[in-house]
Amino acid sequence: MLTIGISIAFIVLAVLIIFVITEGWPRFNPILWQNMPSIRFPETAGAQSAITGTIWVICTTAVISLPLGIGAAIYLEEYGNPASRFYRLVEINIQNLAAVPSIVYGILGLAIIARALALGQTVLTAGITLALLILPVIIISTREALRAVPQSIRAGSMALGATKWQTIWKQVLPVAIPGTATGSILALSRAIGEAAPLLLLGAVTFITFNPTGLNSAYTVMPIQIYNWISQSRDEFHILAAALCMVLLILLFIMNGLAVFLRNRYQRRW
Amino acid sequence: MSASVTPEPINRFSYTAALKDGMKSMTPTQPAAMAPLVASSIFSRDAVSEAVTTQVMALEDVSVFYGDYEAVRNVDLEFGHREITALIGPSGCGKSTLLRSLNRMNDLIPGARVAGKVTYHGVDIYGSDVDAIELRRRVGMVFQKPNPFPKSIYDNIAYGPRVLRMPKSQIPDIVERSLRQAALWDEVKDKLKESGLALSGGQQQRLCIARCIAVQPDVILMDEPCASLDPIATSKIEDLMKQLADEFTIIIVTHNMQQAARVSDRTAFFTAELDEQGVRHGRLVEYAVTNKIFTAPADERTEAYVSGRFG
Repeated sequence: MLTIGISIAFIVLAVLIIFVITEGWPRFNPILWQNMPSIRFPETAGAQSAITGTIWVICTTAVISLPLGIGAAIYLEEYGNPASRFYRLVEINIQNLAAVPSIVYGILGLAIIARALALGQTVLTAGITLALLILPVIIISTREALRAVPQSIRAGSMALGATKWQTIWKQVLPVAIPGTATGSILALSRAIGEAAPLLLLGAVTFITFNPTGLNSAYTVMPIQIYNWISQSRDEFHILAAALCMVLLILLFIMNGLAVFLRNRYQRRW
Repeated sequence: MSASVTPEPINRFSYTAALKDGMKSMTPTQPAAMAPLVASSIFSRDAVSEAVTTQVMALEDVSVFYGDYEAVRNVDLEFGHREITALIGPSGCGKSTLLRSLNRMNDLIPGARVAGKVTYHGVDIYGSDVDAIELRRRVGMVFQKPNPFPKSIYDNIAYGPRVLRMPKSQIPDIVERSLRQAALWDEVKDKLKESGLALSGGQQQRLCIARCIAVQPDVILMDEPCASLDPIATSKIEDLMKQLADEFTIIIVTHNMQQAARVSDRTAFFTAELDEQGVRHGRLVEYAVTNKIFTAPADERTEAYVSGRFG
């Protein structure tokens, strides 16, 4: 049974990748990242604004979600009192938030961040929303990494007269970084592939310029793919497949980095 | 005590002040003030007097609780300056628990609390104005299982001085001196950049001892430091303890009676007893000069334990 399940998964994945590559190969060339999108001239259309938009959004997401997520995990693992009601409430919430559909985060981002906080449909709004989306994943994976650090290291450091913060900063975090990085990279690669919440947050507008800052309008790769797929002409479908290749390559690199970090820094105690 | 070691006068007031205002009034001890290593001291420790003459730490009616459970009950003990005191007794008698209450490592265990009075140079270490961080700097600890940091040998030793903000220029000297004092220098001097985890178990434990003395503590607590070591590594650590007693007050928990007999000046024997409700508590049975505990114990339970008839 297991073999059949794994085979099916692999076959589906292989078919998808082969399909994308055969379909998109003719347009997988520098024009794709040198030119801006167009809905009239598929032969010269590129996706530069989507690629730079993705980079802008994902960097914003990382800058917001990493300190928050790692900080929250440190609080929960090292400082929080598991017996307190507040702690249990936070813990249950984090687990539940990890299961909330991403479109719901889109609605939240539209109602609260874009409208109530009046940040508009900008890179910053998208970054904050995606940061909220992946925060639970980052918190959970960082907590696991912190929990894997032996108590004997904390005790050894405290017994020398180090403060709790020195112990965390100089002993616990360096050991937990590979695990944290692996989880964070996987979370960020999820954010890169997200289209649903950004549909509500302005990425769907037709953009032919690179973002110029956090309050700039933007689009991202998944949305650009969606745009091209919904065009009637076949040339655009080829373009969409080519952009899928770019997205897939980016995700492969990020996942590869996560696997590399995990294997490279695996520790024996 | 060897003649070349000048005991520092114990000034209660300076200790008190330093403990109470944390690091502020404390200037790092200059390495020059550290005693030279005296090889001849290994086998020439003088016998201690019947009563503790210069008290470093003392327990007055101390009980240690984990939540509602009273692990150790009503202990009175005192530890002498630059003496080795062994805490012995069967498993579950609370000797390790008691040891951890001496540098407030119990604070890190949720629900643990201490009743009674634990004093360090006369200062109640559980007083509200005492800084536990500063206390742990002065009362260091070596654990049962060697726990080197996953860093280089050099960084393992340098970590303590660094977090205590000792002058950077002194750190290489402190590292060398500490490793020499822990009788590890010759074995590791060519591989200071290698991981501390690459050393053998016995070397790791001496690394942990070196790490502990690098912050120049006053008292060293050792919680069954040889429990995971082979006999040769054990004997090296025992020799080391005797050397270190020229400069430090050492309190060691051990399961090994021969070890207590070999290294310690005084021995405290603990046992676990059932109270009226049938709950087990650790109790101090007898505390005396080691020779007396092993040759002429006053209590029959001690006699039964040291002669191997119980425990």
